[in-house]
Amino acid sequence: MAVPVETTTHVMTINMGPQHPSTHGVLRLLLELDGEMIVKATPHIGFLHRGVEKLAESRNYHQIIPLTDRLDYVAPFSNNLAYALAVEKLLGIEIPERAQHIRVLMCELTRISSHLLWLATHALDIGAMTVFFYCFREREAIYDLFELVSGARLHTSYIRVGGVAKELPAGFLEKTRKFVTEFPSRLYEYETLLTDNPIWKKRTVGIGVISAEDAIDYGLSGPSLRGSGVDWDIRKSEPYSRYDKYNFTVPLGKNGDVYDRYLVRIEEMRQSNSIVLQVLNMLPKGDIVADIPNVTLPLKEDVETKMEAMIHHFKLIIQGIRPPKGEVYTSIEAPKGELGFYIISDGSSRPYRLRIRPPSFVNLEALPKMVEGRLLPDVVATIGSLDIVLGEIDR
Amino acid sequence: MDNESIITLIKNKFPDVIISSQIFRNELTISIKKEYVTEIARFLKEDKDLNFNFLSDLCGVDRIETDGVFEVVYHLYSFKKNHRLRLKTPVPSDEPSISSIVGVWKTADWHERETYDMFGIKFEGHPDLRKILTPDDFEGHPLRKDYPVDGRQPQELFHVYREVRE
Repeated sequence: MAVPVETTTHVMTINMGPQHPSTHGVLRLLLELDGEMIVKATPHIGFLHRGVEKLAESRNYHQIIPLTDRLDYVAPFSNNLAYALAVEKLLGIEIPERAQHIRVLMCELTRISSHLLWLATHALDIGAMTVFFYCFREREAIYDLFELVSGARLHTSYIRVGGVAKELPAGFLEKTRKFVTEFPSRLYEYETLLTDNPIWKKRTVGIGVISAEDAIDYGLSGPSLRGSGVDWDIRKSEPYSRYDKYNFTVPLGKNGDVYDRYLVRIEEMRQSNSIVLQVLNMLPKGDIVADIPNVTLPLKEDVETKMEAMIHHFKLIIQGIRPPKGEVYTSIEAPKGELGFYIISDGSSRPYRLRIRPPSFVNLEALPKMVEGRLLPDVVATIGSLDIVLGEIDR
Repeated sequence: MDNESIITLIKNKFPDVIISSQIFRNELTISIKKEYVTEIARFLKEDKDLNFNFLSDLCGVDRIETDGVFEVVYHLYSFKKNHRLRLKTPVPSDEPSISSIVGVWKTADWHERETYDMFGIKFEGHPDLRKILTPDDFEGHPLRKDYPVDGRQPQELFHVYREVRE
């Protein structure tokens, strides 16, 4: 894939975005075109920059959870978890077994819903409209589950420092079981529409290729990296939240093209579905939040009925958690890739510095490498296959 | 490889470069002099026992109040060895600059642009050091501690907004 140096007639510069539907948000691409061929692609980002890292420096540790919801807003549970794990590591606390498994359950449902949104929009971009409706049907079912658990569909703030916000509601496990039993057949349905479809293959096979060496060099992570055949999944290499207790495989691609990244994500959904089923079968009984008075908030029911719990709640909210001086970096396998939180504590109730390592930001960086020298329609397919979310890129 | 042997290996190779090293919550942090950052980065990536082929993250930290410096922090990971390392280097706060490591890990490109945008740290030898998140006419560097959280700007535009609102 050589970038053409000499161009035939004249090079035209066009703007793709920030309002273009296939840029999945407010991404602006400056494309230099020779006919239909991309000579140079320059992504411009920052339209959604809200200064989350700066804001976090003036919030106490519990108040940052809602900010994390708004990073990758199609996968709020993963963001909550990555942040909570970082703070828990900083504090050096252990959380109850049941909470760990509930976290895994919610994060894997999130992975499915995030991948469903990816598949829906990616297929729609390339012209397969039916898939869009099918995927949104299942995504809606997952969002109903989210709503049951947390009261919100998008900004859930369910995973907290020290555990989770509240006990799973009655009927939730049955509804989830119903979903995971049905889901494999739905997945099969999507695959009958796409996997062997000649039009789909023409648009995706051999498009947006990146080799394994380049993918590592550009810092790709998640399914975008595994599409190039690099076997790296943080759930396996540095297991957190008891991921080592579950059986699942990490699907790998071969060619690093759009089609392989598609196959990887489809298989990931199947694996996530199996993890959810395993959690349902082995979910232990016990506490859902660690009982550490100067760290974890009391349960909401207690705050409303018991005097001591209310005083405790009030005191902790006013004073905040005070972790020891130090710094930690933790990362998890979010649906998009390695989501890392780097927290520096100076011993006060607010983080001195909170840095977010967003997977989409880094994955997008490799886009010019993938599309330069290719045709304009390939840009649409390649952006889709990287699965970016601008809320996380711009922060 | 465990944290102690990583420190020993780097200390043997570069005795005068390491300012300090510490282990907190089983995470290794090594602080080095900024002149050697490219050399060390290349060594960490290419050494067979360390093999840090993946740059997870690069960011800046404002330490002016306590130490009078900015810090540039590199988070490294190795696929083969499955170990991590945090590399830090202090950068003087007057005229902050450090050499770029884009030549070692390409992914550093956008991270360095972001650090330049947020802290004003210049990365020498970076192929295209432009702002990345803030608009072109944005003044100041928002993640510096002296930049207010509710900072508004630019001032002229703020008046325009206010007039419209009234």
